Amino acid sequence: MDDSPAPSPSRADLFFTYGKIGLIGFGGINAWARRVLVEEKRWLTEQEYAETLGLGQVLPGPNALNAAIMIGDRFHGAVGALLASCSMFGGPLIILMGLAVLYDSYGEVPLVKAVLAGVAAAAAGMVLGTAVKMGQKLKPTLALLAVGLCALAAAGFFRVPLPMVVLGLAPFGILASWYGARGK
Amino acid sequence: MTATIFWQLLLGFGAISLVSVGGGIAVLPEMHRMVVDVHGWMSDADFARRFALAQAAPGPNVLVVGLFGWHVGGILGMLTASAAMTVPTSLIAFGFSRLRARLLGRPWLRIIERGLVPIAVGLIAASGLILAQGSAESWVTVVLTICSAIFVWRTDFSPLWVLGAGAIIGGLTL
Repeated sequence: MDDSPAPSPSRADLFFTYGKIGLIGFGGINAWARRVLVEEKRWLTEQEYAETLGLGQVLPGPNALNAAIMIGDRFHGAVGALLASCSMFGGPLIILMGLAVLYDSYGEVPLVKAVLAGVAAAAAGMVLGTAVKMGQKLKPTLALLAVGLCALAAAGFFRVPLPMVVLGLAPFGILASWYGARGK
Repeated sequence: MTATIFWQLLLGFGAISLVSVGGGIAVLPEMHRMVVDVHGWMSDADFARRFALAQAAPGPNVLVVGLFGWHVGGILGMLTASAAMTVPTSLIAFGFSRLRARLLGRPWLRIIERGLVPIAVGLIAASGLILAQGSAESWVTVVLTICSAIFVWRTDFSPLWVLGAGAIIGGLTL
């Protein structure tokens, strides 16, 4: 299913697709953006999405937003960047306004808490499953895999601050990538 | 919302956003210092509750700044805080995107891009792990997380199915 030619989205496609990604983005945007852009729409390959997200992480700012801007720009320039980023934020912002109003009155209702806890647990599994799937499909070299596992351990287990994880591991990732490219 | 609070939101979150390498959540401790310690806008518990709410809602986690803004300045505060957190870095990302398009195909750029991929994937895994720890309230939620991970990994069905199942199972095991 992977390397089929990527269809090019229209501006409306870009707007509605990113709007959808924002609205279903439980547990964070990145896993959902990958699901929709790579698996459902096939606008990007697994490798292209992962590269864009990687760049979004070394730049300051929300990495999902940085990725949306780069992907929007890639297909429709400045307009595309604006459409993707605004629609990704617009829907959730409206939902959040509603929640901000309701939360103080209903946030402590046991049923609401129980349902939210179930959704959060499922979303956590969804994010983990996505990472495994990406790792499998990207077929990293051993050196790249080691860098990925270091990122997981540093951020997930030892809770090293993210800027340190990203900036500290980037040279090793690039070194591993360079080493892998030498033979070709 | 007073003019003072407007500027505090704008400059405070604007400055924080510029150092948020790795994502909006990377600067949560900085946000805590600004909102709770420096300005005293809310208590520790309020801060944690709003963060939990933004995590439970769909959308970018960084939207939690909107809730902080809402707390001190209503709807205008929400919009100010969200814009301050997103607009400056968006302009940087756009500028970078243009630069990248001009440099497309340069071998050294390819090497850098490929080198950043494992960090991106590793951090998705790490965020999943942190979410899983936060939601592990009972054996039911732990089993739910494991089943959901296997479902998403091994099948191509929409993950919305597991979220729906999670909502129902959560509600039933109240």
